[in-house]
Amino acid sequence: MKKFFINFIFILFATRVYAGVEVDITRGNLNPLPSAISDFYLDVNTKLKDNVKKINLEHQIPELISKDLSRSGLFLILDRNSYIQKPDLSHTQPRFEDWALIKAQILVTGKISLEKDDRLRVEFRLWDIVSNKELLALAFYTTPDNWRRVSHLISDKIYERLTGESGYFDSRIIYVAESGPKTNRIKKLAIMDQDGYANKYLTLGNEMVLTPRFSPDNKYVTYMSYYKNLPRVYLLNLETGLQDLVGDFPGMTFAPRFSPDGKKIIMSFAKDGNSDIYAMNLKTRIVERLTDSPAIDTSPSYSPDGNYICFNSDRSGSQQIYVMKSDGSNVKRISFGDGIYGTPVWSPRGDVIAFTKFHNNKFYIGVMRTDGAGERLLTENFYQESPSWSPNGRVIIFYRETPADNSGHGGSAKLWSIDLTGYNEKIIQTPTDASDPHWSALLSKK
Amino acid sequence: MQHNIKISLIGHLILIVITSLTMQFLIKKVELPPSISVDLVDIGKKTNIPYAPKYNDTKSDKIEKDRVVANQAPPKIVPKEKTDTIPLQENIKKIQDILEKNQKPEKVEDKNKQTSEFEQKEVFDPNKIAALIDKSKKDNSEINKKTSLTPTQSQQKNFVTGSLTLSEQDAIKTQIFKCWNIPIGLPYNENLLVRIRLKLNTDGSVISSEIVDAGRMNTPGQNYYKILAESALRAVKLCNPLKVPSKNYEKWKDMQLNFDAKEMLKG
Repeated sequence: MKKFFINFIFILFATRVYAGVEVDITRGNLNPLPSAISDFYLDVNTKLKDNVKKINLEHQIPELISKDLSRSGLFLILDRNSYIQKPDLSHTQPRFEDWALIKAQILVTGKISLEKDDRLRVEFRLWDIVSNKELLALAFYTTPDNWRRVSHLISDKIYERLTGESGYFDSRIIYVAESGPKTNRIKKLAIMDQDGYANKYLTLGNEMVLTPRFSPDNKYVTYMSYYKNLPRVYLLNLETGLQDLVGDFPGMTFAPRFSPDGKKIIMSFAKDGNSDIYAMNLKTRIVERLTDSPAIDTSPSYSPDGNYICFNSDRSGSQQIYVMKSDGSNVKRISFGDGIYGTPVWSPRGDVIAFTKFHNNKFYIGVMRTDGAGERLLTENFYQESPSWSPNGRVIIFYRETPADNSGHGGSAKLWSIDLTGYNEKIIQTPTDASDPHWSALLSKK
Repeated sequence: MQHNIKISLIGHLILIVITSLTMQFLIKKVELPPSISVDLVDIGKKTNIPYAPKYNDTKSDKIEKDRVVANQAPPKIVPKEKTDTIPLQENIKKIQDILEKNQKPEKVEDKNKQTSEFEQKEVFDPNKIAALIDKSKKDNSEINKKTSLTPTQSQQKNFVTGSLTLSEQDAIKTQIFKCWNIPIGLPYNENLLVRIRLKLNTDGSVISSEIVDAGRMNTPGQNYYKILAESALRAVKLCNPLKVPSKNYEKWKDMQLNFDAKEMLKG
């Protein structure tokens, strides 16, 4: 007993109190991080083929990384002409003072060499100039013509290491490419890298297509097409190019989207002016009806855990956003602002829902929390809709139309992206007019 | 019987010893008022200095205040106020002229004149009223946050050791704000608090910086913590040397910065 008391008293004394003053730092800046991305060093023993040499990889790869990172709005890439140290030396051990001199806080260096089997080995290092240490070092192997993907992968790794969330550069976008006059518009499915490169058309444009959506594994695309003038939901295998009708409904099916596990497609089915939400199991082809109301229920989208579905409905009189459990129970309205709400899309992070809002003759893209609180409008314009999330839930892509003049000329539709914060609005260049974009998941899963 | 009394006495003694050791704050509490009053004096000095030059003539200030109160009821007199206030300004100038003539102070050219940060901001632009209002709102909310959301900064501890005044704390916060680039992708719903202990020289340069939970940096699954800690360390290094109070070195030579990005990430 005595011992216990002695111990007790001893413990009381032993808990040392910090003697200094404490200051709570709860605010920092969100300025772009000043970064140096050095040219990569081409190993002297590397003998590239002439056609590869022409690409000038040691310059092009860091250039593409710079473009990716600076486009995200979180990095300020310092002018390459101001770099003091040569690529070969800085890759082995950078002279931190030289880089601090140009006010860089991080540095990316790299080395390119050729393996015996003609594969390219691209190695990079990420340095913390302020703390004088290496943060990350990785190497990728690939065929030389795949250098763009490697660059995007490196950008993703850098982004993740510094911001704490996964990147979104190694991903693609599917959209509807539009051309021709308004009265006889040709609409084709098109796919491209997230930065607008490698644009490819998937359909010929004989039938009108709408609302393409990737499957979570990026192997399939589901979309709505007017085949034989009957609007139906289709499934396209991106590897084989084969397409397949999703369910033989006696009417119009539209607004399809995959479930997060890729096993189901959720969509609207309309008959006699009433549309409801249905989910179809792709394996068993069993169809389940989820809503049963005389109103128009459409644009369904799953939460990332697959337990909930958000959709829009005009059951209350005007079109609003609703959330229900994935079995169709527990329907709750979440949008209560002025105006009408549509095309809700659940963020991959799970905490917010993006939507289109129409109010006072203006279209807005906005986000709200999943219970409807905290509505924030990110951008306002004449006409814009169809938001889609980047794989990490940081960026939203959508399309925006500019008005045509009285004769019907001059209008255009383009893809735009904007940050969750409402900043960093950027256009994404496409060869033709574009609408209905959808962002894929990351191409290489962890 | 005697044996029981002995046990009881020993028990009581132990209780008295423990309470005297653990309940020290009861004694300390008595000392609290003087330490607070010292702080208040410090704040007064710091915050009053920048505003002081605005009121060149306390007399005219007083008159203006009286006028405003008197004119509130009849709105018709408003134009009159205008005509009256102009001569008032002239009065100020006259008084200043007289003062200058009598005292013959050295004239300092405008561009060399030292003005504090606060004074410069006082230049009034009627087009920016909205901005001013916005700003004042923001400032208020910040103050509210500071008072309500300080779970980490143990106040009792600071009373014992003597804390920095609010303005001194704000000065440190403002410096770190500029140097700390927040990793924007960190989750806001996790408990991420990085505490860095600094040893400072008298000139504010950092002798050593040490993360309190350094072990957590290299624990698997603590990636977010690591990224936050690295950004905090960069901030400390970029801000080195810190601009520190000129007095009371003993008070701040050991300083702990608690980095918490939650509020920013939520926004």
